[in-house]
Amino acid sequence: MSASTATVGPPRQRGAGSYAWPIGFAVAIVLVFVFYRYWLPNIANSGEKFVGDWFPIGTINLCIIWAIMAIGLNIVVGYAGLLDLGYVAFWAIGSYTGAWLMSSQFYQVTVHVGAPSTLGPNAPGIHFSFWFVLVAGAALCALMGVIIGTPTLRLRSDYLAIVTLGFGEIIPQVFQNGDQEHMGFNLTSGTKGIGPIDPIGTGWLSNLNGVDPALGLSSYELPYKFLVYSLIAAFCVFVSLRIRRGRLGRAWLAIREDELAASMMGVSLVKTKLSAYAVGAVFGGLGGVCYATLVGSVFPNFSFNFSITILLMVVLGGMGNVWGVIIGALLIAWINYTGLAQFGNWFNGQFNTNVNFTSWNFLIFGVILVLMMLFRREGLLPESRTRLIMREPARTELEAVGSDIEAAEAEEFAVSGVSEEELVAAEPAPRDGDSS
Amino acid sequence: MTAAPVQQEAPTGVDALRAEQIVIAFGGLVAVNDVSFNVPEGGIVSLIGPNGAGKTTFFNVLTGLYRPTAGRVFLTERDVTGKAPHKIAALGLARTFQNIRLFNLMTAEENVMVAMHSHLRSGITSTVFRMPWQRREERRAHDASRDLLDFVGIAKVRNEYARNLSYGDQRRLEVARALAVQPKVLLLDEPTAGMNPQESARFVDFVHRVRDEKRVSVLLIEHDMSVVMRVSERITVLDRGERIAEGGPDEIRANERVVEAYLGTSGTRDEGRRS
Repeated sequence: MSASTATVGPPRQRGAGSYAWPIGFAVAIVLVFVFYRYWLPNIANSGEKFVGDWFPIGTINLCIIWAIMAIGLNIVVGYAGLLDLGYVAFWAIGSYTGAWLMSSQFYQVTVHVGAPSTLGPNAPGIHFSFWFVLVAGAALCALMGVIIGTPTLRLRSDYLAIVTLGFGEIIPQVFQNGDQEHMGFNLTSGTKGIGPIDPIGTGWLSNLNGVDPALGLSSYELPYKFLVYSLIAAFCVFVSLRIRRGRLGRAWLAIREDELAASMMGVSLVKTKLSAYAVGAVFGGLGGVCYATLVGSVFPNFSFNFSITILLMVVLGGMGNVWGVIIGALLIAWINYTGLAQFGNWFNGQFNTNVNFTSWNFLIFGVILVLMMLFRREGLLPESRTRLIMREPARTELEAVGSDIEAAEAEEFAVSGVSEEELVAAEPAPRDGDSS
Repeated sequence: MTAAPVQQEAPTGVDALRAEQIVIAFGGLVAVNDVSFNVPEGGIVSLIGPNGAGKTTFFNVLTGLYRPTAGRVFLTERDVTGKAPHKIAALGLARTFQNIRLFNLMTAEENVMVAMHSHLRSGITSTVFRMPWQRREERRAHDASRDLLDFVGIAKVRNEYARNLSYGDQRRLEVARALAVQPKVLLLDEPTAGMNPQESARFVDFVHRVRDEKRVSVLLIEHDMSVVMRVSERITVLDRGERIAEGGPDEIRANERVVEAYLGTSGTRDEGRRS
């Protein structure tokens, strides 16, 4: 990191060198990969069973995808302070883009662009390379974000939340009801969903020993998929961190702090909010495409629960801090997919009961949220700024306490000619100006 | 504590800011009625009046927060009536707020850099990939913000969060932030609220320094008469939404209607208490 950029950030972020995290990230990814690909299949039975039960690679992949979603929502909610309750819409759009461009849904046509070699050249339908579909899904989501955002982002907080909620309900419904034939094409097959979705082609990497030409659904290929999804997650982290430090990131923070003041300092509210919404949508699209290839099929089961769960991850992890949000996402997703079920098995086995813990997940999340608000409002790993506002009252607020007394004292000081510094300290403080 | 000399620059005849026959009505309530008003280039003009006279409403029209019911606003001879606040700001109008409205969880430096938004060009991709021009631009913005903080005298707290600054420093930071917009006209909304007499006196010098070194025209709303009389080259008095007087400090001081508006029919003058 050069000297000039090092001093740009607020004091507490200065230590976060730009090379520390990519290296740590890469090491972690490689370690996890090696563990699941080479070590786990070869270790003694009991150990394998424990890891396979509590931390199966399938769950870890799902956790990564939820983390991508949470990083995306963090841009909208954490950075720009716009409450989005319909984020699942972008997940759905991304997944369906993946389904359309990587399956035999449109069997009437045959288009192959960089599809995995295992498909064969004559497979009907549209088959694009996974990497291309990532870009297409992201672009479509960005476009939808702008289309939806342009009219709605003029609204203020509560109203925006309600409109995005509606958007999140509409999009899955559209996919669910899109089973009519339009010009000879069935768009979504309704509740039957779209599948199977192509595996991720490995291209020239398949020449390497032991790498399959396509990463399909077999559990043997899951560690490789983990590599792919982690790479995409790393990209999202990279973009989040970088963008935060620039002109746009500052503008997002400013409108989160005080919309009105920001607009009077030359920040275009609509443009700035739209860009936050669009960048968030892009991440949602990336995650959606990944999700489609992980599950291997897409169904219109994207419900409000998804949006709320992602929001919970962001809030629990610590709004505004990418690392906190990732931790929140991994934790919640793991509890949801494996942790709770495993705990239930263990508990029932131990105490000879028959409690269905998995159906209690939202109860448990609710309790977590309540406990969090009581004891750690700022989240597990919060941004330093938000911790500040949650923990310490502002200086002017403190000084407003007993300002009547101090004002009287200040008058006396003024008469007796005490230095100005003391006067400033004893100044009656104003009301905090950022309400309304 | 000498007041700086007034009328340093000869008027160029061009208005930095001009409002023509502004009417603002909220429903049936007329807050500002047919007020015309101008700030000559390089001038320091005050807008005064009792509480509820419509001063802040008038300010809000100038900055684009309200669209006037009738009338036009010109910024350097350019019609900006009804334009969005951020566009008016980019064209050269910046303000401070009566109740300080800083970005509390941003550092002093970041606060100033936000205000440079409309003068910076880097977009998403150049920021993500730290293109050379983006880095250059950031470095320049960074240096400029440090200069501005230095100018208002709070350079040493530039890495502190705005909410942690002392009240006086917050006021200064507001001015620095407004100057970062590179305005042609600077609007100060009750800048000396909460200051003691010594600080207010210093503030008068400061306003002159801002005008001279940053080459801006200044329009203030102010309650403290001693400040108004010392700082202004011209004063406009509003009462109940109407302009009741305009002129130099001496004329205003002698104006019967102004005294009446402020104090009713009896009592001593406010400015006499302080000076």
